[in-house]
Amino acid sequence: MMTILLLILPLVAALFVLLSGSKLASKIALGFAGVELALTCYAVSLFQTSGPEAFYVFHDWIDAPKVSFHLGLDGLSLLMVVLTNLLLPLIILSGFNREINNAKGYYSLILLMQFALVGVFMAMDGLLYYIFWELALIPIYFIALRWGGRNRVAITLKFFIYTLAGSLLMLFGFIMLYWYNPGQSFDIRELYGMVVSEEAQSWLFWTFFLAFAIKIPIVPFHTWQADTYRESPTQGTMLLSGIMLKMGTYSLIRWLLPVLPLGVAKWGQLVMILCVAGIVYASIIALKQRNLKNLLAYSSVAHVGLIAAGIFAWNIQGLQGGVIQMFAHGINVVGLFFCADILMNRTNTNEINELGGIRNLAPIFSTMFMIVVLGSIALPLTNGFIGEFLLLYGVYEYNNWMAVPAGLTIILGAAYMLRMYKKVMLGNVSSYVPEFPDLKWNELVVLGVIVLLIFVMGVYPQPVLNMAEPVLQDIMSYRVI
Amino acid sequence: MLCLVMEIFNLRKLLIPVVLIGLAAIFGVNLMNWSAMDAFMFAGLDMSSMVQIDHFTVAFNGVLIFAGALLFAMTHDFYRDEQHHLSDYVTIIVFILCGAMVLTSFSNLVMLYLGIEIVSISLYILAGSRKFDARSNEAGMKYFLMGAFASAILLLGITLTYGAAGSFEIAKITAFAETGGMSSPMFLTGALLAMCAMLFKVAAVPFHFWSPDVYEGAPSLITTLMATLVKVTFFAAFYRLMSTGYAGVSAYTGTLLVFVAAATMIMGNLIALHQVNFKRLLAYSGIAHAGYMILAILSYKTNAAPALLFYGATYILATIGAFSVALPVFSSAGNESIDAFNGLGQKKPFHAAMLTMCMLSLAGIPPLAGFLGKYYIFSEAIRNGYMLITLLAVVASIVGVYYYFKVILAMYTKPADQTPMRFPIIYVIVTCICAGLSLLFGVWPGGLTGLL
Repeated sequence: MMTILLLILPLVAALFVLLSGSKLASKIALGFAGVELALTCYAVSLFQTSGPEAFYVFHDWIDAPKVSFHLGLDGLSLLMVVLTNLLLPLIILSGFNREINNAKGYYSLILLMQFALVGVFMAMDGLLYYIFWELALIPIYFIALRWGGRNRVAITLKFFIYTLAGSLLMLFGFIMLYWYNPGQSFDIRELYGMVVSEEAQSWLFWTFFLAFAIKIPIVPFHTWQADTYRESPTQGTMLLSGIMLKMGTYSLIRWLLPVLPLGVAKWGQLVMILCVAGIVYASIIALKQRNLKNLLAYSSVAHVGLIAAGIFAWNIQGLQGGVIQMFAHGINVVGLFFCADILMNRTNTNEINELGGIRNLAPIFSTMFMIVVLGSIALPLTNGFIGEFLLLYGVYEYNNWMAVPAGLTIILGAAYMLRMYKKVMLGNVSSYVPEFPDLKWNELVVLGVIVLLIFVMGVYPQPVLNMAEPVLQDIMSYRVI
Repeated sequence: MLCLVMEIFNLRKLLIPVVLIGLAAIFGVNLMNWSAMDAFMFAGLDMSSMVQIDHFTVAFNGVLIFAGALLFAMTHDFYRDEQHHLSDYVTIIVFILCGAMVLTSFSNLVMLYLGIEIVSISLYILAGSRKFDARSNEAGMKYFLMGAFASAILLLGITLTYGAAGSFEIAKITAFAETGGMSSPMFLTGALLAMCAMLFKVAAVPFHFWSPDVYEGAPSLITTLMATLVKVTFFAAFYRLMSTGYAGVSAYTGTLLVFVAAATMIMGNLIALHQVNFKRLLAYSGIAHAGYMILAILSYKTNAAPALLFYGATYILATIGAFSVALPVFSSAGNESIDAFNGLGQKKPFHAAMLTMCMLSLAGIPPLAGFLGKYYIFSEAIRNGYMLITLLAVVASIVGVYYYFKVILAMYTKPADQTPMRFPIIYVIVTCICAGLSLLFGVWPGGLTGLL
């Protein structure tokens, strides 16, 4: 019941917002997102006492190809749902005090997006999962298309077709699995540890991996990303980078490793090399960026590359690191893009060279920005540290030498982020920054919450680790390397 | 057969006096027929060796009658400047519906030919029904010449089959094929010719050349009729033919059909990319969809009829829905290009949203019904071992997304002009029914697949 409620509420909210007036839309949306968050907190407390069994929902849905309406919340899913529902109110709140035309359509699409994302993380049936996965693409496409920047038409279409291509391959893979499955269903309980010949697994692996690699994105499938992040409206970018990207990494753990272990064993090394090469490549490109949003986009590629590498290392440290870093990166990247949005809003530019000296004008903002930056470069006591540490440990366990270039991500990350911060915030006041009022109340709340989360998770990450532990141990049991 | 007769008389009696009341009544009669046929189905009605009414027939008839009702609903407004001819047009459309029912129920090759001729001849007339429009005349003429040629080939195929098997009856032909008829070159040639004729009727590559020209030239409502009701009817007949009488032939023609399907999907999608005329765009998209539906015919061994039915129904709903928005847009813009939709998202957000849903359904994006339709077809094809062609179909449908999105982009990103637009209420109702059902079947497909 709880599970259904968590899933349906955003959809109801989306309809409600659509029918309301544009003036009230943002407030109603925030209200619903707040209720959803409260509900999620309640679900977490319920989870602590009664375990995942209470959250399973199973109904027959389609007979002919056997598809069931099977939802569930184990530790991993619940963490991702918490992340989604935690970030959503922040994302909605970040849009306050901004000019948004047709606000009811905008917030309605954001809530529809929440519905699809929660569905992806809950679905325990392959086809149901696929439907939510695709459904998530529609609202974000229209958000970027209607409210995006100048070159949005071509760029969002590329984004849409690119990701859809990957998804359709995954659909093909799912249908193949369905016919391989002697029980003929998409149910996750039957797909896990199913006997599929090594030859079949080795090519099925690619149908799934490509879909996830495009979404994550892993180099060289990242070409849609920087452009799309830049052209989307800020809330769209936050949804994309904060949550939607986690769909890919989550799916690696949930739908790839335990379903096709032989395929992973065969191609894992190649994928690890791709990931690690991607980390270095994206970090170097980030060093060269002049546009703040582009820099953040490439830093994001580097970070998620490390997450993917940790997951493919397929040891418990790598998986733990992957989960915790997914959570941490979601929070940090939303904070970073919000800071970029605040800069854009005040100065009308995101070119790093045109900014400068803001620290003197807005001390509160610059302190908060600094903390978010530190979180993203994995300083100890911030949330980024524990995740990256575990991930690197996992990669090291997999292959000692691979950890060296992977470790570069921390050094390079510190280099480009701090350089950026120095140019944007310190130094003399730039001529492009005539005046810079400090944070408004909503900005203060959003950044305040993010800063708080960065510290809390950095100091005390154990609850997250505990929650994911049983699921990850289960995933480990399918390992064949 | 009984319901068929009832259908005709009921409709004509009601239609000729008062068109408007008639339209409403047809809808009611259709619904009544629908439940009445359910009763027949359980009685296992077998009228003669000419037609056989089985689950397949009932399910397809239901879908086709429903599509017919939607089309009738729009007829009145579409022909409002030609009121005195309206009853003629409506009657001819009823004939098409009647022919369609023959085609879903035939168990004799003569009935197949008769059904096809009833439908085709009616269409020749309708395609040319804008008498003072040169393009409409051209379309009617073109369709007539080429269609008649295809019918002749079908007749030749049927004759050769008769020569070999000694009967028109499907059951006897099947028996003949099972007892060594496969070695008869006359039988194989006949089957091949009949297959080619059917491929022409469903506009599969390389027999597709007529379709864009005819679709573009014919009055828009008739284009809708051809693209939806008639196309799915022919596919139902094609499936029935290939899965019964000519089932054994697939060992010889299977490879050929694979190539036809591949060429149809590739050509349809690639040429559609460059279309600027909305009707031509949907014509080529219809060709591409024919390619997917051929996959269902290839997979007849595992009873792909539910997949075909579902796909056909979703395709009908999405296409009629798209046209029910497009017709008023065309008549106010005065042309039929994609540019006519510019700025619809700002002017009429509701209609734009509905058209978007139809387009997404055609493109096969979940949670709309078009996605599940594609899913069923792909799943059946994979099950029958058609791996590569399915992969090709997946790639082709990615290409397809691009041109469906051209329409969506035009609505939401291009600036609007000031032409006022009038959406007759009946069109809006049709749009809502189509888009609503597309969504409903997307999340609750059991309502349709349960029929077969």
